[in-house]
Amino acid sequence: MNIILNICRVTLEEGFMYAVLALGIYITYSILDFSDLSVDGTMPLGAIVTALLILRGVDPWLCLLISFAAGAIGGMITGLLHVKLHIRPLLCGILIYTGLLSINLVLLYLFNNGTTVASFFRLPTIFNSGLAALIPESIGGTHIRTLVVSGIMAILCKVLLDVYLKTKSGLLLRATGNNEKYVTLLAKDPGMSKILGLAIGNGFAALAGSVIAQSRGSADQQMGVGMVVMGLASVIVGLSLFRKLSKLQATTMVILGSIAYKAVLSIALALGLPTEYLKLLMAVLFVAALVLSGKKETHKRRAA
Amino acid sequence: MLDLQKIVKIFNEGTVDEAVLFDGFDFHVKQGEFVSVIGSNGSGKTTMLNLICGADAAQEGKILFRGQDITMLPEHKRAKFIGRVFQDPKAGTCAGLTILENMALADNKQKHFGLGFAINKKRTDHYRALLEQCEMGLENRLNVKVGSLSGGQRQALALVIANMTDIELLILDEHTAALDPKSSETMMYLTDKLIRQRGITTLMVTHNLRHAVEYGNRLVMMHEGNIVKDICGEQKQQAKVQDLLEIFNEISIENGNGV
Repeated sequence: MNIILNICRVTLEEGFMYAVLALGIYITYSILDFSDLSVDGTMPLGAIVTALLILRGVDPWLCLLISFAAGAIGGMITGLLHVKLHIRPLLCGILIYTGLLSINLVLLYLFNNGTTVASFFRLPTIFNSGLAALIPESIGGTHIRTLVVSGIMAILCKVLLDVYLKTKSGLLLRATGNNEKYVTLLAKDPGMSKILGLAIGNGFAALAGSVIAQSRGSADQQMGVGMVVMGLASVIVGLSLFRKLSKLQATTMVILGSIAYKAVLSIALALGLPTEYLKLLMAVLFVAALVLSGKKETHKRRAA
Repeated sequence: MLDLQKIVKIFNEGTVDEAVLFDGFDFHVKQGEFVSVIGSNGSGKTTMLNLICGADAAQEGKILFRGQDITMLPEHKRAKFIGRVFQDPKAGTCAGLTILENMALADNKQKHFGLGFAINKKRTDHYRALLEQCEMGLENRLNVKVGSLSGGQRQALALVIANMTDIELLILDEHTAALDPKSSETMMYLTDKLIRQRGITTLMVTHNLRHAVEYGNRLVMMHEGNIVKDICGEQKQQAKVQDLLEIFNEISIENGNGV
């Protein structure tokens, strides 16, 4: 019984943390209609920036904001490559990801004595300092603080995003993904709107990196591998699985998608799947999610 | 108010497919004119509109708007004073947003798109009044996604949206061509009503000769990058579809396409 409870807890914790990443991908993929691969680079960028700053005694909550900014700069460059140099979205993402591979390693090399993993165990993080210290660490022997903090982070990000999408700037972003020509008719440059959207999306990815690094107490380049696939799958699973509950906001569906996705991975691992197969399972799940959502669309088209 | 001077437009310049469309093309539009532009395919009508809006650039020549050189001004900056309705009803609105959201965006044109809330409830009565002019019941469907409207309804909405802010020039690019005959007539009626109300200078490209004859106060016929007929005032009022058809035929015969 305890084992099952533990699996549930870890699933929820991870689901919430990676939901922040999925929300970022929701912005670029669903709202902006831009297939952005730079997330594989900006997520570990946020993690590494956070680790290096915490090692230098910077407040962990402030690290969240700094990581967001670092990711946003990465996203902005992705956008600039696309808008100013007319490079295709997929290629822009690959270029930024490839460039960040070096930048992340150089950061670690310069500021972490040449090691490739930055560890900061026992230093203050958002899970043990500030307001988080007020949350009881565990109830009835079950560790709950990480769950509460990661849940609050995911919900806070969701609410902020929901509010933003109702603003003029946010609505213009939705219009950009919908019909670029319309934005031009509104006397606005759709390119600027795209750059802004990519900055926000990658800011969220880096923020997720920061949260995940703080929960682990370490950061490295490897964290970013497969993040696009995982985030996209969460978005697609969330939006297709929970579409019937139309009362739910899309951002809520994305969070639920992330949890559902993590649940499948947890179950597979609990059933004895060797960890080497994890990324393969992620890819397979992604295909399944695509097929699932694709089928629904064809049904809709037939009905229409 | 609008001056196209010595425009040179060459497609596929420097390749074997090089085609010269405009070679020293001049065109002038006066304040308050409603110009119908007709002409066969490839006569340069849409290219002319694209040059005016900034969606396409000429190799040579100047475009002046109210005496100011706008030749190098990007498309979205020209949109501050130019409104446009496209042939494709999908182009002038956002399918994934509601009517209200589309109108709220258009209402903020020429202003800053910041972090204020996009939808101002106090403005909805104004939006409803604008939509009532379409006589399609759109005013009762503010929260419906635009993608679920018919082509005619979307085009009417696009026209209303294009006219929501103080534009100085309205460009209609075959805006009734994709609609069924009934919707097309409704659309022209609505167009004429809006233009008369606001006295806005308008350029309308159309393949419908009857619309070109019935509406507007100036008629321009283009052929292979040149203006072959340009009438206004009384001459325009007396113009008949039959006369225009004859000119079309003459041009065809000159080109060896006669029967």
